[in-house]
Amino acid sequence: MTSFVKPKIRRLNEPINALGHARADYEGNMSPLCAGCGHASVAAAIVRACYELAIPPHRALKISGIGCSSKTPSYFMNESHGANTVHGRMPSFATGALSANSDLPTIGISGDGDSLSIGLGQMAHAMRRNVNMLYMLENNGVYGLTKGQFSASADLGSLPKKGTPNEFPAIDPVAFALSVGATFVARSFSGDRKQLVSLIKAGIKHKGFAMIDVISPCVSFNDHKGSTKSYAHTYEFYSTAVHADYIAPSEEIVAAYDEGEVMPIELHDGGMIQLRKLEADYDPTDRGAAFSRAVASDSANEILTGLLYLDESQPDLHQTQNMEDRPLNEIPYTELNPGSEALAALQAEFR
Amino acid sequence: MSGPGLNDFVIKIGTVNGTGSASANGLLMKSIFRMGIPVVGKNVFPSNIQGLPTWYEIRVSGDGYTGRSGDVHMMVAMNQATYDQDLAELSTGGILLYDSTWPRPQLESRPDVTVIGVPLMQMCNEVVKAARSRILMKNMAYVGAVAALVDIDLDVIRSLIEETFAAKAKLIDSNMQAVKLGYDYVKANYETPLRFRVAPLNKTEGKVMIDGNTAAALGCVYAGATFGAWYPITPSTSLMDGFVKYCKKLRVDPETGKNKYCIIQAEDELAAAGLIIGAAWNGARAFTPTSGPGISLMSEWIGYAYFTEIPVVFCDIQRTGPSTGMPTRTQQCDIQTTAYASHGDTKHIVLYPADPNECFSFAARCFDLAERFQTPVFFLSDIDIGMNDWMVDQLTWDEAYVPDRGKVLSKEDLDKMESFSRYLDVDGDHIPYRTLPGADPKGSYFLRGSGHNKHARYTELGHEYQEVVDRLRDKVESAKHVVPKPIVRPAKTSTRYGVIAIGSSHAAVQEAQSRLETDGVGVDYMRVRGFPFADEVESFIQAHDHVYVVEQNRDAQLLNLLLTETKVPREKLSSVLHYSGEPLNYKTVYDALIQRLKVRKIA
Repeated sequence: MTSFVKPKIRRLNEPINALGHARADYEGNMSPLCAGCGHASVAAAIVRACYELAIPPHRALKISGIGCSSKTPSYFMNESHGANTVHGRMPSFATGALSANSDLPTIGISGDGDSLSIGLGQMAHAMRRNVNMLYMLENNGVYGLTKGQFSASADLGSLPKKGTPNEFPAIDPVAFALSVGATFVARSFSGDRKQLVSLIKAGIKHKGFAMIDVISPCVSFNDHKGSTKSYAHTYEFYSTAVHADYIAPSEEIVAAYDEGEVMPIELHDGGMIQLRKLEADYDPTDRGAAFSRAVASDSANEILTGLLYLDESQPDLHQTQNMEDRPLNEIPYTELNPGSEALAALQAEFR
Repeated sequence: MSGPGLNDFVIKIGTVNGTGSASANGLLMKSIFRMGIPVVGKNVFPSNIQGLPTWYEIRVSGDGYTGRSGDVHMMVAMNQATYDQDLAELSTGGILLYDSTWPRPQLESRPDVTVIGVPLMQMCNEVVKAARSRILMKNMAYVGAVAALVDIDLDVIRSLIEETFAAKAKLIDSNMQAVKLGYDYVKANYETPLRFRVAPLNKTEGKVMIDGNTAAALGCVYAGATFGAWYPITPSTSLMDGFVKYCKKLRVDPETGKNKYCIIQAEDELAAAGLIIGAAWNGARAFTPTSGPGISLMSEWIGYAYFTEIPVVFCDIQRTGPSTGMPTRTQQCDIQTTAYASHGDTKHIVLYPADPNECFSFAARCFDLAERFQTPVFFLSDIDIGMNDWMVDQLTWDEAYVPDRGKVLSKEDLDKMESFSRYLDVDGDHIPYRTLPGADPKGSYFLRGSGHNKHARYTELGHEYQEVVDRLRDKVESAKHVVPKPIVRPAKTSTRYGVIAIGSSHAAVQEAQSRLETDGVGVDYMRVRGFPFADEVESFIQAHDHVYVVEQNRDAQLLNLLLTETKVPREKLSSVLHYSGEPLNYKTVYDALIQRLKVRKIA
């Protein structure tokens, strides 16, 4: 089947963003995902977040691996350069792409199979390098395209559609990310559009590696009774520790919240992430505490969401590499060629 | 056949690795080079850090031969563990030099060789206190002993030591003192110089002694590569070491101190491949150095880059396989793998450099070819070229060079266009136009390793898919007109026989051809330098009754590639194979060819 290009029909008086784009300008091809698939909601949340951030669509990169999740970059931001790469290897491709030009906001799309099994190594290394990208881990606990095998995020004892319960403990992407040094660690749910859009905006604006583990149920293979990644289960055990709102540099900070404490974190672009703590004693800037809380929630069957950890102080890969601000792909050859005289001079040591 | 004689002999030094002998051996070789005499060094070392046997072979060749000869005229046996082996390897009439601090009468077992004992350790112990220094000084002492035997100029040795220790003047005298210990002992106790010895020539003017990996690293720098990623693997590591060194030296903005390059040590070869492909997609000239095991791991990505048409350069410094093989021993065993790496129908451009000078120019050329044809290009070297010091013409760079970035559309180009389709064959040359991310909304497209049509859209329609892969086939095939042309070295008189070789086999094959000629057997020799094969390759084979394909692997990979990729009949080709892991020597080639040619002539 070939992919469809969705016809563009603007609504009258459609709202536009700072660039003059309507939200529809951030949409992608028609999605052939199953009706009700969580991934479609995630794509819609990305569309909204990028529209609200007024990112020029052609300046954004969307990069994925292989699987149902990794097909979704086709379904948002048609004007962006996209790359559907190989299974589990999106992080290396994205890291290379960002090294050549770090001016381009980059969204990586992956799933639990792509990230936690075949791609666990690459995800870990992108985190420890603090690559400046948003990494969406669309987590449904199963392999959809191969029809329903458990993935590494399936909980111990979770029931498959048919067959025996899952026999191995789950890898929790949040605890994992905290342990290998990710600087922005969040969890959300495809069914909570409002929270997800806020987190995506904050994650894109975070300078460094931002991972959002999005519970995104698979309606075809993992939405039944006994599954711990179903819509029903997620709604039942869902709790939020910290809300995060991105405040653009130009915006006024309006703090009018009843619940919890507000913690502002300044960003490199002059904007701010405003953390609203729903658990008064939770400190989202304390990696150790965040890890303990994440592990505790796993054992309690609780689906803990929100921006669970944030460290804006670490250098990203571009800074660690001491690279010029100018993208590598814009440095003219005249500046890269040391010249024939230098070549002659440096060969003195070979004589 | 060859030597020994004036400026024509082989010294082999057997030591224990990790004892610092590499610098002593380099000093010996460079001294001879500085005397204007062509010389070549081959390092045979273990896959180990300390304590195992290692050898260094120095061939002095006034005639300028750069391969191995197959003879050993002087064995400097510094490793007691390999005395028997070292003694056995000496050619008749040869000299065995050993440390007689511990006398070994059994070394006298061969009546056809002369044993020279020098109490190296004993002499060093008398003047040097620290244990580690004693070992290092012993190395310098054997340099002195050899210098006395073959008449190497002590002033040349001294000036090299002065250059090495320019920053640590104290070490100059102590090193020279050790050299003199060995030198004086030999002078006092033996008739010198030997009948095979050196005498100054002026044949190294304009030459350098450089290894292929360093030269290839410089090629990457001069080509304007800005992105390198790698996972450390012997024997390719020194290529990236060289790139790091020269980028630090030549690519840091003097004012800001910021880098105009990015080098990432990847977590594995899969990541290294992904990193360079991502960087190349986004417009950087990108490469990775690796070896056979790395190519195996990178294969999935290689197919991706082929199908999505991303220009990247893979430098494969071959080592013996299969599997881990012998990591520090040489072979030409990735000829088939690099030609067709990855699953599905894939075929790649491959360049076969034969010495470090060609490593420099070919490495640079790989980037032009990759960007011209928008496909992965392989630079296929090996441990013999990559890690040994070869005497080659000094590297030069054409200031008029402009990188061929291929068909890249700028924002201005796109503005003039109605629409853009990534994989459309607009010019009828099978090469589409590409755009860089972020340049312009019109240039956006979706890169995918899944089935796509000429508009870069997902497809499962057979005819759309076929249109793309047929064009890819024709595109890579058309590179045969642009890869480096084969070089033919004809026999002096007309002959019905030919020889074909690639890469590091060249030095030995060229010498074998010359010596066969001298002995009245003429063969035409073609050195193939690129894949897909230029038309001349097939014509050469068709023009001869029989062609011998010399290569360094068990399964005749080059011969089979020639059969697959040309229409020549099977019976026209036969193999001369060498795959022990040691660099090829000319005798192996000479003996094989003369034997078979004689049989053919009788028949």
